[in-house]
Amino acid sequence: MGLFDKIKRAFTGEQQAPSKEETHYENGLKKSRQGFGAKLNALFANFRTVDEDFFDDLEETLIEADVGYDIALKISDALRDEVKLENAKSKEEVSNVIINKLVEIYEEEGKDEDRRLQTAAAGPTVYFFVGVNGVGKTTTIGKLAHRYQEQGQKVLLAAADTFRAGAIQQLEKWGERVGVPVVSKGPNSDPAAVVYDAVQKAKQEDYDILLVDTAGRLQNKVNLMKELEKMARVIAREIPEAPHEVLLALDATTGQNALTQAKQFKEVTNVTGIVLTKLDGTARGGIVLAIRNELHIPVKLVGLGEQMDDLRDFNPEEFVYGLFKGLVVDSKTEANDDSDSE
Amino acid sequence: MAFEGLTERLQNAIAKLRRKGKISENDVKEVMREIRLALLEADVNFKVVKDFVKQVRTRAVGSEVLESLTPAQQIVKIVNEELIKVMGDEAVPLNHSKKIPTIIMMVGLQGAGKTTTASKLAAKLKRENKARPLMIAADVYRPAAIEQLKILGKENDIPVFEMGTDVSPVEIVRHGLAQATANKNDYVFIDTAGRLQIDEKLMAELAQIEELAQPDEILLTVDAMTGQNAVEVAQGFNDQLNITGVVLTKLDGDTRGGAALSIRAVTGKPIKFIGQGEKMDDLDVFYPDRMASRILGMGDMLTLIEKAQRDYDAEKAKKLEEKMRENTFDFNDFLDQMNQIQNMGSLQDIIKMIPGLANNPALKNANIDPKDMERTKAIVYSMTKAERENPDLLNPSRRRRIAAGSGRPIQEVNRMIKQFKQMRDMMSKVSKGNFGGMEQMFGNGMGGRLAKMSMNRMVRKQKKLKQKRMKQLRRKGRR
Repeated sequence: MGLFDKIKRAFTGEQQAPSKEETHYENGLKKSRQGFGAKLNALFANFRTVDEDFFDDLEETLIEADVGYDIALKISDALRDEVKLENAKSKEEVSNVIINKLVEIYEEEGKDEDRRLQTAAAGPTVYFFVGVNGVGKTTTIGKLAHRYQEQGQKVLLAAADTFRAGAIQQLEKWGERVGVPVVSKGPNSDPAAVVYDAVQKAKQEDYDILLVDTAGRLQNKVNLMKELEKMARVIAREIPEAPHEVLLALDATTGQNALTQAKQFKEVTNVTGIVLTKLDGTARGGIVLAIRNELHIPVKLVGLGEQMDDLRDFNPEEFVYGLFKGLVVDSKTEANDDSDSE
Repeated sequence: MAFEGLTERLQNAIAKLRRKGKISENDVKEVMREIRLALLEADVNFKVVKDFVKQVRTRAVGSEVLESLTPAQQIVKIVNEELIKVMGDEAVPLNHSKKIPTIIMMVGLQGAGKTTTASKLAAKLKRENKARPLMIAADVYRPAAIEQLKILGKENDIPVFEMGTDVSPVEIVRHGLAQATANKNDYVFIDTAGRLQIDEKLMAELAQIEELAQPDEILLTVDAMTGQNAVEVAQGFNDQLNITGVVLTKLDGDTRGGAALSIRAVTGKPIKFIGQGEKMDDLDVFYPDRMASRILGMGDMLTLIEKAQRDYDAEKAKKLEEKMRENTFDFNDFLDQMNQIQNMGSLQDIIKMIPGLANNPALKNANIDPKDMERTKAIVYSMTKAERENPDLLNPSRRRRIAAGSGRPIQEVNRMIKQFKQMRDMMSKVSKGNFGGMEQMFGNGMGGRLAKMSMNRMVRKQKKLKQKRMKQLRRKGRR
C-alpha cells in the first residue's frame, strides 16, 4: 500500500491493525511524532487567515521540526501557489495541501531507494563506519554485531579508532559482551594497518561479517578525511567489491550541519547508507525528510536507545506514516469539533 | 546548499532596495526576513529568533537606519550588537570555591564531549594555575568510559579516582571527594555518564550527585552542531540541576553554532568555554563578540589578531618590515612567513577568521590540505641558496630541477613562483600604505567593504602594537 493511501485511510478514519514493527516504531518514536504533529497542530490551532504571517509561522514550524531549510521554503512556496490556484482558505484545505506536499516531496525523492544492507556474494561482507566525533559509531557496531551474532553469523570487529583515548577498550568491551573477536593494535597505531589485519583475518578464517570502527572526525579536517580514504582503499584492495556498505553515523539531534557532514563524507568515502542515532532523544523527525530530499542517501538503520537490541532497520513508510498519522487524525477531529460547536 | 552568511544575505536584500531609491517600512520587513532566515539556518532556535528579530526591528525602524547612507552596514552593526547582548557582554570565568576543593561537575547528552572537556579543563588549570586537580570517573554505563578518563589522566599526569563499574555513581563521588580532601586536591572534576534530559532515572541520579557534592560549577556540555533540539536539552538539564555554565564543543567543525545563542537566551546561563579541537590545549575561553561574528558569518578577526600577536615574533616582524621597505622580499622570508602561519594553526581555521573569506563560496569547497603548505615548503627547500635570495634566477631548467628535487609537478612549481611574485608585489604595496590592489581580494559590495574595514582595523591595530613593541625594545636597549 502506498504511503499516501495509508495516510488517506487514516484520514478517512479507516482503522487497520498495526503490525508489530509499527508498534515498535510508535513506542520508540513517540516523542518524535508528538513533537512533529503537535507543532503542526499548534500552528493550525492558531490559524486564522492565510497571510504573510501565516507563511512565516509555517516556515518556522517546519524549520523547528528540523526538516531543513530548503524543504521548509519549498513547502511554503508550494502552499503560496496552491492558495492562489485552488483558493484554499479553510483550515482543512490548507492542512491538506501541506501534508500532500510533504508526502509528495518525500515519495518523489525516495523512489528507487534501496534500504537493505548489501552483503557479499561470497567471502566476508565488510561494513565500514564513519562519522564525526561522538555520534555513536562504536555503539552502533556493538548493537549490529549483537544482531548478526544472534542470527548465527560469524562476526569480526576491527578497532580502527586508534586515536581517541579508550576507544579500543570500548569496542573490546562490546566484543566481550556480544561474544565476538576484535582485531586491534595499540593506541595511535596506523588505522589502515588495523584494517588490513582485520581483512586478512576475516578472509583466512572465513568470517561472514567484518565491522570496521573508525575514529570520529569532523568533515572539514582534510587530512583526517584522507586517512579515511586510505582505509577504504586498503579494504577495496584486499576484497575488490568491499566495503559492501559505508555507513555514516549521524546524530539525530544535529541541526543543519548534518547535511554538510553527509555531503562531505560522501565525497570521500562514497557513503551508501546512514545510521541515524539517538533518535529516541529528539522531539523531531523532520531530519529524515531533509536527509532524503537533499542527500539522496537512504537511512538504513536507526538507533532508538542504549540497549543492545535498540538498533532497528529503518522503515521510512512507517516512520512518516507515524509522523503524520496523529496529525491528520487530529486535524480531522479538530475540524469536527469546530463544526460541532458552530 | 544555501549556507551563506547573514552578511551576504543582507547584501542581496539591500542590493534590491538600492534600485528603489526610497526605503519603506515594508523593505525593512524584507530585510528582517533575511535576518530571520539566516539565523534559522545557523540553527538558532526559532523562538529565540523571533524575539531577537523583534528586538532588532524595533531598533532598525528607528531613524538611524532609514536615514543612514549605508543601511546594510547599520543593520549588521545592530544585529551584531544585539547578538553580543544576548550572549552576555563579556567572558565569564570559572566559579571558585572559597575553600579548596572547587568541585566541577560535567553533565550532558551522550557523545557531547564531557570526558574530553573535563580532561582539557583540568590540564588547562594545571598548566596555567599550577592546580592539582583530581578527576572522578562516575560514568559506569558506557563501555570503557572509565578507561578513557584514565588514559587522558595518565597523558596529562592528572590523578583519576575510579571504583570500576559495579558501584553506584553516587558512591563513587562520595569516596572520590573524600580522597580529594585527604590529598588536598584544589579542583575536583566529576565526569558523569551521558544521558537524555528526559531520562528520569538517570536525571535523578545526577540530582543526587549534586546534592552530595554541592558542586561550585555544573557545566553542561553541548555539541555545537546541535540543531533546534539544543533548547530542550539545555532547558531539561537546567530545570533539574543548577547548571552554572555551558561548554560548547566541536566548534572546530564548520557549524555556525547557533546553538550558543539559543542556549544562552533560554537558560540565561553563561557559556564559559569552547572546545576547538582534539588536542588537549584546544579549549578556549568563550567570547560572546567573537561568537556573534561567527554566527553572522563575518569571520573572527579578533581571534585572528590575537593569534597573530601571540605567535608573531616581534624581532622577525621588524626584520621583515625592513625587508619589505627595501622590496627585497625573497624566498627565505617567504619560508619564514609560512612557518609563522603554520604556528598559528591550520590554514582553514585561519581563513575562517578572515572576514569576507569566512563564507566565501569560492573557498567553501576549496579544501585546504594542511599538507599543501608542507609541499610548498618542500619546493623552496629544493632551491639553492642563490635562488632563494634572488628569485629572478629561476629559469626553466632550474625549475625542472626543483620540481624533481621536491617531488612536485613542474606546473605546481611554476604556480608557486608566480604566487610568490604576486605576494612580493603586494608586500611592497602594503608597506607603502597602498591597499589598492587588495580590494579585489575581498570582492565588491558591502561584504567587500566590511572586510576592508576590518582589514584596515587590523592593520592599524597591528601598527599600533608594533610601535609599542618597538618602544619597549628601544627602552630595553637603553638599559
